[in-house]
Amino acid sequence: MNWWLFSPEFALTGAAFAVLGVDLFLPRERKNYLPALSIVGLVAVLVLSLWYLWGRDENLYDGLFLIDDFSLFFKGFFLVLGILVVLVSVEYVRQHLSRPGEYYGILLFSVLAMMLMAASGELLTAYISLELLSFSLYVLVSYGRHGLKPSEAGVKYILLGAFASALLLYGISQVYGILGTTRFDEINAALAAADSPLNPAVLVGLALIIAGLGFKVAAVPFHMWAPDVYEGAPTPVTAYLAVGSKAAAFALILRLFTQAFMPAFDDWQIVLVVLAALTMTLGNLVALAQSNIKRMLAYSSVGQVGYLLMGVAAISPVAATGVIFHLAGYAVTSLAAFLCIIVFFNATGRENIADFAGLAKRSPYVAMVLTVSLFSLAGLPFFAGFTTKFYLFTAVAQGDLLWLVALAITNSLISLYYYMMVMKQMYMEEPEDESPMPVSGLSRGVLGLLLVGIIAIGVYPAPLVDAIDAATRVILP
Amino acid sequence: METLDSYVLTALVGVPFVWGAVLAFLPKDRLQHIRMTSAAVAAVLMALTVYVFLVYDHKAGDFQLTQEIAWLDSLGITFSLGVDGISVPMLLLTGIVGLTGVLISWNIQDRAKEFFVLFFLLVAGVYGVFVTLDLFFFFFFYELAVMPMYLLIGVWGSSSDFGSFLRPKEYGAMKLMLYLVAGSILVWVALMAVYVDGGIGSFSLVELREVSFSPEFQRIFFPLFMIGFGVLAGLWPFHTWSPDGHVAAPTAVSMLHAGVLMKLGAYGIIRVGIDLLPQGADDWMPVLIILGTINVVYGAISAMGQRDLKYVIGYSSVSHMGYVLMGFATLNAIGVSGAVLQMFSHGIMTALFFALVGVIYDQTHDRDIGRLEGLTKRMGVTAAFFAVAGLTSLGLPGLSGFVAEVMVFIGVFQDYPLLGVLGIVGAAITAVYILRLLSKVFFGQLDPRWDPLPDGGRLRDATRVEGFSAGVLVFFLVVVGLYPKPWIDMIDSGVAPILARVAGLQ
Repeated sequence: MNWWLFSPEFALTGAAFAVLGVDLFLPRERKNYLPALSIVGLVAVLVLSLWYLWGRDENLYDGLFLIDDFSLFFKGFFLVLGILVVLVSVEYVRQHLSRPGEYYGILLFSVLAMMLMAASGELLTAYISLELLSFSLYVLVSYGRHGLKPSEAGVKYILLGAFASALLLYGISQVYGILGTTRFDEINAALAAADSPLNPAVLVGLALIIAGLGFKVAAVPFHMWAPDVYEGAPTPVTAYLAVGSKAAAFALILRLFTQAFMPAFDDWQIVLVVLAALTMTLGNLVALAQSNIKRMLAYSSVGQVGYLLMGVAAISPVAATGVIFHLAGYAVTSLAAFLCIIVFFNATGRENIADFAGLAKRSPYVAMVLTVSLFSLAGLPFFAGFTTKFYLFTAVAQGDLLWLVALAITNSLISLYYYMMVMKQMYMEEPEDESPMPVSGLSRGVLGLLLVGIIAIGVYPAPLVDAIDAATRVILP
Repeated sequence: METLDSYVLTALVGVPFVWGAVLAFLPKDRLQHIRMTSAAVAAVLMALTVYVFLVYDHKAGDFQLTQEIAWLDSLGITFSLGVDGISVPMLLLTGIVGLTGVLISWNIQDRAKEFFVLFFLLVAGVYGVFVTLDLFFFFFFYELAVMPMYLLIGVWGSSSDFGSFLRPKEYGAMKLMLYLVAGSILVWVALMAVYVDGGIGSFSLVELREVSFSPEFQRIFFPLFMIGFGVLAGLWPFHTWSPDGHVAAPTAVSMLHAGVLMKLGAYGIIRVGIDLLPQGADDWMPVLIILGTINVVYGAISAMGQRDLKYVIGYSSVSHMGYVLMGFATLNAIGVSGAVLQMFSHGIMTALFFALVGVIYDQTHDRDIGRLEGLTKRMGVTAAFFAVAGLTSLGLPGLSGFVAEVMVFIGVFQDYPLLGVLGIVGAAITAVYILRLLSKVFFGQLDPRWDPLPDGGRLRDATRVEGFSAGVLVFFLVVVGLYPKPWIDMIDSGVAPILARVAGLQ
C-alpha cells in the first residue's frame, strides 16, 4: 500500500496542528500571522495534491479510501474554498471573535473532513468524515459565545446534527444488516443481484440515509435548523456552512447514489424528486418574508439545495456535472454576497435588509458586488448563476423531468423578487448616514477576486466544466 | 475584407460590453468626458449597423456575416453569430435609438457614470439578441437586456402622481421586471423542451430548424413561446407592465425599451417560435390575431383616456405593437413583412415621442395634458417634430407608419376581413387621440404657469443636441415613408424562408 497517497491529508492535519501550536507562542498583537499561516498550509496542500495525485486511480485500505479524479477535483475545490473562507474571515475574526488560533485550526480540520468525505468509498468512512466535519462546525457555529442568538444557534445545531447523525448511522446499519457490506462497489453489486422488489429493510435504510443527509444539506422538511443557525453563527461561518458543508454533503451524495445505490434508482428517484420540489418551493417562498439578510440568504440557500437535489434525482453524467458546476458557481457567488454583508457588518454592526438603505451612495463598490452576486443567485446572465443554472436545468430536462425544471424556473422568479428588495434598499432609498463606508484593501481585493470569478464562470465556463467532466467520469463512466 | 466582415457582429456585441466595463473604472467627476466618449462609442456602433445594412446582400438571402466560436461542447452551445433580412433592420434600429438615447441623456447629472454603464449593458444585450444564432445565447442576451432595467428605472426614473392615481417609479420598475422575467420563464421552459425533444444535442437555431418536431409537441410548446415572448412585445392581456414601466423610466430608457426592447419580444416570436415550430404557429395564429386586434383597439382606447402625456405614448405603443402581432398572425408574405417593417417604424417613432416628451418634462416637471398648453410658442422645433411623430403614428402617407400598416392590413384582409376592419378602426382612434393631444398640448395660448417656469427659468426649445437626435429619427421616418424599397426587399428576403417552411406543411 502506497502511504504517500495519503500525504495531502497528513500535510493538512500537520498544518492544522501547526496553527494551533503556533498560536500558543504568539503574543496577542501578532495573531494576524495565523490566517497567513493557514493560507500557506492550504496552498501547500493544494500544490501537493495537484502535483502528486494528478491522473491517479488507486485506493487505500482495500477500497475504503479512493484516489481518483472525483476526489482530486473536490480536494482542489475544498482547498480553494478554504483559502477563500480564511480570507473572508480575517477581519471579522479580528474584530468580533476571541481566540483566532482555534478558529483557523478548526477551520483546517473541517477542510480535511470535507476532503475525506469526497474520497471515502465506504459508508463508515464517510460517516466518520462527516462527523469530523460536523464537530468542527459545531464549534465554529457557537464561536461568538456571547449573546443569546449564537448560543441558540450552537445548541440547535448540535442537537439536530446529532439527531441527523443517529438517523444516518441507523440507516447504515440497516443496509449493512441486509446486504452484508458497507463498501460502495459491493453494495452496488448486492443491489444489482437482489430480487425486485427490494427487501423493505434496505428501503428503510435508504430512507434513513436520505433523511440523515437531508438534515446535513438542509433539505425541506429537514431544514428547520438552518435559518436560526445561519443567523446566529458568525457571518464567515455562515458563509462556510452555506457553501462548504453543502458542497461536501453533495460530493458524498453524488458518489453514494451513483457508485452504491444506482441499481435501486427507481426506488429513490421519486423520493429525491419530491424532496427537491418541496425544498426549492418552500425555501424561496419563506425567504420572501425575511427581514434579516442572513436569514434571507439561509432560506435562499435552502432553495438552491432544491435545485441541486433535482440534479441528483435526474442523475446522468451531464446532470452530475450540472450539480457540481452549480455548486461551484454558487460557492463563488455566495461567498461574495456574504463578504459584502461582513464588510457592512464590520462597519455598521447591523445586518437587517432595511439597514442597507442607501449603500450605493456610501460604498458604490460593495453595493455593486452585492448586486452582482444577488443577480447571479437569481440566475441572471453574464454571471455564474445563469450559466450554471442553465446547465443544471438542461441536464434535468434531459432526464424527463421537464415539469420539475418548470417549477425550478418559477422559483427563480420568486427569488428574483426578494433579491431585488435588497437592491431597492441599496439604490433607491436614502441612507441615514451619508458618510462613506470604510472598506479595507483586503476586502476590496477579495471582493474583486470573487467578482472576477462570478463573471468568469458566467462567460467562460469551458475549463471548469472540463475539469468537472473528468470528475464525473469516475462515478458515472 | 471577408475576414474583417465576420467580426462586425462580434464587435456589435463586444464593444458596448467593453465600453461599459471601461466606464465603470473611469473617475465619475469627468462627466463631460464620459458623455462625449459614450456618444462616440454609440456613433461607432450605429455606423457599424449602417455598414451591416449596406453590405447585407438580400438577393443571396440566408444568414450572412456569420461567425462561430466553440463555447461549451458538452451541451452543444456555440457562440454563433449571423444576420438575415429580419435582423438587419432591427440592428439598424438599435444603432439609431442607441445613439439618440445617449444624446438625449446629455443632461443626466445624478450618478451619470453608473447610468451609462447600465445603458451600455442594456444595449449590448439587445445587439446580442439580434445577432445570435444559438438559443442559449439568444436567451442569455434576452435576459441581459432585461436585467439593468430595474436599476435604470428605479434610480433614474420618475414617478407619476395625480393625487388619486399614484404610480411610484419603484412600482413601475418592479412590475416591469417581474412581468418580463415571468415571460422568460415560459420561454426558458420551451427552450429546454425544444432542446430535449430535438434530440440532436445542440442549441443551434440553424440545426434545430432542420428537426421536424411532432405536431402535438408544436401545439403544446408554441404558445409558451408566443406568450413568453409576447409579454415583452406587449401582448394583451400581459401588456400592463409596458405603460407603467415606460412612464416610470428615464427618457433614454423609455426610448430604448419601447423602441427596441419590445421588438425583442416580437423578434423572438418570429425567429424562435414561428421558425422552429411552424406547425404550432399555424395552429395558434387565429388566437394571436384576435389578441393582436384587441391590442390595437384596446391600446388605442386606453390611450384616449390618459392624462399623463407619457401614458398616452405608452398605450399607443401597446396599440402599435398590436399591428406587429396581427401581421405575424397572417402568415402571408405581405402581412409578415409589414409587421417587421412596423417593428422598425414603430421603434423609431416611439423613440422620437419619448425623446420629445423628455424635452418637455425636463423643464416643466409635469406631464399632465390638462395643464400643458400652447407650448408651440416657445418650443417650435419640438412641436414640429412631435407632429411628425404623431402623423406617423396615425398612418399619414409619406411616413413610415403608413407603409407598414397598409402592408399589415392587406395581409390581414386576405384571411380575416372583419379583424382588418377593427384594425383600421384602431388607426382611426389613434388619429383622434393624437390630434387631440397635439392641439391641446402644443397649440392655443401658452398656459401662464409655464411662463415663467415654476423653477423660475424660461421655457426653451430643444437644445442643439436634442434637436439633432430628434432630427435623425425624423429622417428615418421620412426616408422609409418615401422610399421603403431597400427595407422591404431586405425584410422579404428574411421572411420568405420562414413562410416557405410554414407553407411546406400543408
